[in-house]
Amino acid sequence: MRLAVLGCAVVLLVATYLLTDVPGSLAFAVKIRGMTVLAMLVVSIAVGTSTVVFHTITANRILTPSIMGFDAFYGLTATAMVFFLGSAAFLNADAVTLWIGQVVVMVAFSVLLFTWLFGGKRRSLHLMLLVGIVLGTLLRALAEWMQRMLDPLDFQVVTDAMFASLSRPDETLLMLTGALVVAGVVALIPLLRILDVLTLGESMAVGLGIDHRRVVMGLFAIVSVMVAASTSMVGPILFFGLIVANLAYSYVGSFRHRFTLPAAVGLGMVCLVGGQLVLERIFGFGGALAMIIEFAGGLFFLYLVLRKGAR
Amino acid sequence: MSTPTTYAPTPVRSARTGVGVVIGAALVLLAVASVFTGVSDVTPASLLRADADSHAQFLLLVSRIPRTVAVLLVGASLGIAGLIMQMMVRNRFVEPSTTGVTEFATLGMLGCIIFAPALPVVGKAGVAAVFGLVGTWVFLQVIKAIPVRQLVLVPLVGIMLGGVVGAFTTFIAYRMDLLQSLGQWAQGSFASVMAGRYELLWLAGAMVVVAWVAADRFSVIGLGEDFATNLGLNYRRVMAVGMVVIAVITATVLATAGIVPFLGLVVPNVVSLIIGDNCRRAIPWVAGLGAVFILACDILARVVRFPYEIPLSVIVGILGAGIFLWLLLRKGSRAH
Repeated sequence: MRLAVLGCAVVLLVATYLLTDVPGSLAFAVKIRGMTVLAMLVVSIAVGTSTVVFHTITANRILTPSIMGFDAFYGLTATAMVFFLGSAAFLNADAVTLWIGQVVVMVAFSVLLFTWLFGGKRRSLHLMLLVGIVLGTLLRALAEWMQRMLDPLDFQVVTDAMFASLSRPDETLLMLTGALVVAGVVALIPLLRILDVLTLGESMAVGLGIDHRRVVMGLFAIVSVMVAASTSMVGPILFFGLIVANLAYSYVGSFRHRFTLPAAVGLGMVCLVGGQLVLERIFGFGGALAMIIEFAGGLFFLYLVLRKGAR
Repeated sequence: MSTPTTYAPTPVRSARTGVGVVIGAALVLLAVASVFTGVSDVTPASLLRADADSHAQFLLLVSRIPRTVAVLLVGASLGIAGLIMQMMVRNRFVEPSTTGVTEFATLGMLGCIIFAPALPVVGKAGVAAVFGLVGTWVFLQVIKAIPVRQLVLVPLVGIMLGGVVGAFTTFIAYRMDLLQSLGQWAQGSFASVMAGRYELLWLAGAMVVVAWVAADRFSVIGLGEDFATNLGLNYRRVMAVGMVVIAVITATVLATAGIVPFLGLVVPNVVSLIIGDNCRRAIPWVAGLGAVFILACDILARVVRFPYEIPLSVIVGILGAGIFLWLLLRKGSRAH
């Protein structure tokens, strides 16, 4: 029921965004804006589902892949590729090959990282948060170091690769990302029940006959692919997943992934499309959505951490 | 931090003296190396050639020596700012850049650029210092509001606070089309330091002296408010002095060299691993090691892509974040 309401809200917002305030040809506006909406959809799916899944397997509601330094690592791989291969090779190489290479590197890294951080004894949530934030700083500084060593042309290529903005998505990139995200969703569907079982905790899940380690590894891999895909398209949005996932939990009031996953995606759409609508049409500045999400997300995050500390 | 001072047995102590000598020697060596590092030909030989080559001497006096002095002052004072902050908050993992103080000061600088661009640097640094003071105060209030004082929760909240203020600053800069100039001066680098443009840093140096004079009081503060008051200390006044020291150091460094992250966190922690937690004894160590650390980073920044220079903050960020991670995750760390 609640999901249906959310769905209607999304459709309404999208329709408003596409069809109102059109200066010229309607068909043209719909085509251009449709690309933006599509990009938002891909990001919402990728970030929303991956965050919820990540929360389930790490048994917390505050950590997200982005906060654990994940998109910083994406930036580092992109920079390293240009740094070691040169921008000519980077630009001439087959886009699909590059993509596969990058995704493989990211998945390998994240599975290594997450097993190291979460595989052993349980550390405190706050420690992991701090480690994630500092790790992100470290990776970003490394990437910046490499970028400083590039010549201006190569630097331009890196910058373009990292800051494809939401409002002007590159078509091939959007298709590739969309394909990966859809693949991720398809891989998740048969795992929905297992995810519900994982919410009960590791020992319970093992007791119920789940090969915990293998399942968690697989889920980490899916999360990595999705986050890598969406980050490459819009650049880092640190707190978006955090907001969306937590809103979804309280909105559906259940921990069954059948409900929380679509709710997270829908709420992501409401945030992105709604936010863009308000910013563009009411305040008249379009490009600042990510910054506003960052600001609001930071405050929300502080609230969550402090409330968590109160318990 | 609240462990009582223990006097180490002699062999350990002499080993510590050894480390101290090594730090001192490194300081002198690196300072000399720093003076002679650069694009223009300034070498001992070119200086001794007394004939017409006053160019080398001119460069030495106007650019090289001021730069080296500025680096030394920044390293020493940021280390001290971190140490004092750690005493005040009673937490090993804080320093101005992990508590939002730096971000508040940056906001102050941005305000100056928007509303009073003609203000001399001293004025800008003054405004930044006031914002830094507000930032320290806000942080202390937020920390007070946390019921359970977990070791890693405090820096975490501080970093987020900084993130929120930073996002606000970025947004304003974006709206005012100042994003680029914000990035320009906020990025830590000593590339533009020369005679006439660094003297403000002596103020930060003066704060190091203040910290040294008041060191024992900060040690007592580190034992907690009740304890300090019981010992007859004016808790609020010492806290106020500490806040001013931190704000002035942060603001002057920001105005002359930009943001230098993690230094104030890493250096006092490493010193504490070597000599323990006595504040008065730690101060010269922290100042010395801070200077050595940043001198090495600055030389690296100039050498790694010779003849170009990469920003110092990038190198400090990598090393500092790496060491911070190690401090957090190493075995025996109390953070677990």
